[in-house]
Amino acid sequence: MISSSLNSLNYSFLEKLKSVDYFLILLVLLIGAISVFSIYSTESGDFSFYTKNHLIRLVAFFLLFLALSFVRVSTWYRQAYTFYLLGLLLLLSVIFFGISASGSKRWINLVVFNLQPSELMKIAVIVSFARYYHRIQSADIESYKYLLQPIILLLIPCYLVIAQPDLGTAILIAGSGIAIIWLAGLNIKYFIYSGLIALVSMPFIISILKPYQKSRILTFFNPERDPLGAGYQIIQSKIAIGSGGMYGKGFLKGTQSYLEFLPEKHTDFIFTLFSEEFGFLGSILLIFLYVLLIFRIIKIGFSCRSFFAKLYCFGFSSALFLYVFVNIAMVVGLLPIVGAPLPIMSYGGSSMLSIMIGLSIVMSCKIYSQEIISN
Amino acid sequence: MIKRTSNLDKNKTINRRLFILGSAKVGLLGLITSRLYNLQISEKKKYEILSDKNRFREWKTPPKRGVITDFYNNIIADNKRVYQVYLSLDETKDFNNSIFKLKNIIGLSDDELSKIYEKKQKIKPWDTILVSENLSWEKFSKLNLYLHEIEGAKPVLSTSRYYPYSNDLVHIIGYVGEASADDITKNKKIEENFVPGLKVGKIGIENSTDQILIGNYGLKRFEVNSSGKKIKEISYKKETQGENLRTTIDLEVQRLAQKLLENKAGSICAMDIYSGEIIALASSPTYDPNKFTYGINKKDWNEIKNNKLRPLVNKSIAGLYSPGSTIKPLVALAALEYGIINPKLKVKCKGHDHPYELYGQKYHCWKKDGHGIMSLRNAIKQSCDIYFYEVARLLGVDRLSIIAKRYGLGSKVLEDIFPEEKKGLVPSTKWKKQVLEQSWYLGETVITGIGQGYIQTTPLQLCLMTAQLANGGFKIKPNLIYNNNFNYEEILSKIQSEKNKPIEANILHEKDINLYEKLYKNSKNIQIVLDAMYGSTNEQSGTSFRSRHKDKKYRYAGKTGTSQVRRITDKDRELDLDTSEIEYKNRDHALFVAFAPYDKPKYAISVLVEHGGSGSKAAAPLANKLIKKIIDRDKEREIKRKELKII
Repeated sequence: MISSSLNSLNYSFLEKLKSVDYFLILLVLLIGAISVFSIYSTESGDFSFYTKNHLIRLVAFFLLFLALSFVRVSTWYRQAYTFYLLGLLLLLSVIFFGISASGSKRWINLVVFNLQPSELMKIAVIVSFARYYHRIQSADIESYKYLLQPIILLLIPCYLVIAQPDLGTAILIAGSGIAIIWLAGLNIKYFIYSGLIALVSMPFIISILKPYQKSRILTFFNPERDPLGAGYQIIQSKIAIGSGGMYGKGFLKGTQSYLEFLPEKHTDFIFTLFSEEFGFLGSILLIFLYVLLIFRIIKIGFSCRSFFAKLYCFGFSSALFLYVFVNIAMVVGLLPIVGAPLPIMSYGGSSMLSIMIGLSIVMSCKIYSQEIISN
Repeated sequence: MIKRTSNLDKNKTINRRLFILGSAKVGLLGLITSRLYNLQISEKKKYEILSDKNRFREWKTPPKRGVITDFYNNIIADNKRVYQVYLSLDETKDFNNSIFKLKNIIGLSDDELSKIYEKKQKIKPWDTILVSENLSWEKFSKLNLYLHEIEGAKPVLSTSRYYPYSNDLVHIIGYVGEASADDITKNKKIEENFVPGLKVGKIGIENSTDQILIGNYGLKRFEVNSSGKKIKEISYKKETQGENLRTTIDLEVQRLAQKLLENKAGSICAMDIYSGEIIALASSPTYDPNKFTYGINKKDWNEIKNNKLRPLVNKSIAGLYSPGSTIKPLVALAALEYGIINPKLKVKCKGHDHPYELYGQKYHCWKKDGHGIMSLRNAIKQSCDIYFYEVARLLGVDRLSIIAKRYGLGSKVLEDIFPEEKKGLVPSTKWKKQVLEQSWYLGETVITGIGQGYIQTTPLQLCLMTAQLANGGFKIKPNLIYNNNFNYEEILSKIQSEKNKPIEANILHEKDINLYEKLYKNSKNIQIVLDAMYGSTNEQSGTSFRSRHKDKKYRYAGKTGTSQVRRITDKDRELDLDTSEIEYKNRDHALFVAFAPYDKPKYAISVLVEHGGSGSKAAAPLANKLIKKIIDRDKEREIKRKELKII
């Protein structure tokens, strides 16, 4: 009763503006600005194709982020499964209408730009899982009936994405889903068991991997195995980062990048370029900005009254951490090259779009933090 | 109510779980930070080097060789501007097309084409390939006209070795050619400065002084991109030219010597009897060293190689000949020094009918009718063989050997410049025992006395021998490279003071003698020999009388020699054929040694004409002309010497 009365509150626009998290916006803008300069550097200081596109997308999706921030968190809650289904539909449509590039079919043509539905699915999974666990009593979490549903919800998109094939995104989707299940409080023993099962089934998983994926993993363990082929990327990336040193080679002076030794420098390896030009200090600063962003999101989560909002914020922050960690760990040679963009920094519309949507839900949680969502 | 407790429960769980997750995140962040620290700070140097290795390519530019001059600054080995064309592979999309166009414009032979394709296989796809290294100006300008049509073609102005007096100095200077693997491993300086296509000395001064001449390579550093394309030049350390080298050669004398030997096989050496400076070192026939610079073609090579007169052999230092009668002054000196004979010793030469006999063996004089009664002076002057048979018999080969070696026979003279130099042979009983494992016969001593038999000398050794007699009997060191530290007056005064020093007791034993020390026991003996040589050239019935100079300025003293290439039989003696009637390869070698001017000796020469016949007819006339030239140029040489000292 109390909840419904509170729920029906209509915030005035001024109140909404007041509760907007400006620090979060500042952080997004800061990282966004760094990303524009980095992409500009990949083009050797030429304001052309990539920089232009990146800037346009950043501005457009940033505005979208601001606009969507005012969507009520309860609306997100209600439409969570719709979001999920939409994502799933798009994923399925990739199979039929998708466009291929370099051996994989990940995109659908939306006239304005090519959308990568798997990127949207990253957010859809978090939102729908948050809704799912919002409704379940803590006692029921352990029951097989309630455990099976999210696993199926997770396996379907993961399977579709792996089939594209896009191992990196699939891992990120699975990772964020598992993070939410963890946060919701599923007994630790399940994680231990499934971890063990994963370990045991490793040989089987490896046997179904595509040859290029296998070679990437083998190369990860020994990059010198094929220095001009599969190992080339990671060797050149390490050279670029290492040669950056403490202070870096300076803006637009990353020789590895402008002499084209660095592959995929505007997408997955954007951190490498940044690190080469700005060194250890710059890298730590950028990582620190991401940490601040993640903390800010967690902080917003704490301020939320509804479990959905809380779970979403914690879940999204964990996913964000996962994206950042996987990307950086990959380019510094701690993880195999699986193809995972660095949020906001990497060139790519879909990734940018999904991050901005994800952030807008966070902002919505902040603006409507007092909203209580009934089951 | 239930809901609320459940919610509280869930909130508690989520906070706990978030905390655990957060801790894991902190751990992972620590991992990344330490990794970055490791890459960017601990191992920075390593990755910096790797990054530089990625982005820099270095191109070495060949060093410029030092110039070689004669004593008077005339350039005898020069660097000539050459027009070359390279093809830069990273700028050439269609290699075959570019080569085809080049072929049409500059005219490449099939042989050259296949060489280019061969080279292309060996180099990296971003390297440049040398298409032609010596284009004529016409072709070069034509190429520049069509340049825009040929992708990747690079016309280059370069320098290359050029010998302006081509054949005249080849035996001294040698020639250059592309450095071989052997050259590189043998010479550290070449190894350090190696650049593909580097030219190094192959023989002669070019080879022995590579160290000085070669210079240092230049280094161009370029920044390249991942496909090896040059982006920009970062730095250029310019190549340096090697030091210039001054030789002791007098170009004019050398050219005259070479001209005198034209169409003959032979050698002419001339040196300063005090400084040891070699003024001319001619050997004939010659060949053109310029042909070797870009690799000699097969036809030219075969022509040189198959020439029966052996142009590739530097006869002055690597030709071995019996000294013949040119050794007689030395035999006489040895006998005098050991006190075996006195100058008044008389021996009767009775002609071919009554030859010199020893244990039943007959030894003839060259003069059919005999010389009659001979004293030492006359025997040298008229080159009587019978007299020297007797002197040699009395002297013994071992004593002769000591003196012959002392005056420069039997050891290398310019070993540091010519590794191919021959040592010659001065026989002794000990040598025969050791090498041939036979005992010595007195008959062998007798023929050694007239410079036949085992004894073998190079023309340069004979020249040195003459020089060391002419300078009064002092040891000198012949040299070809001018040394500015060397002071002529100092040498003269050193020799002067050496003269007054007491004679060492063991002077007549085998011993090493230092530079400018005396080689003799009694200087009078040297004077006797030199005076006899004067007679030989300047007095009626002397063997080189017809080649004398009447003008006192040019007056010289000499000794002829005729070196048999085979044993003279009784039949030969009967026939008594003129040289022109004998088959070329059986003709005697003509020799002549001399020093000039007689009053104040300064230069010594040796002349050898292979299969020229007698020394008096074939060799001495050449000496006449050469000596005039040397004396004429003496003043100029002294002026130049002073000039060089001042500089």
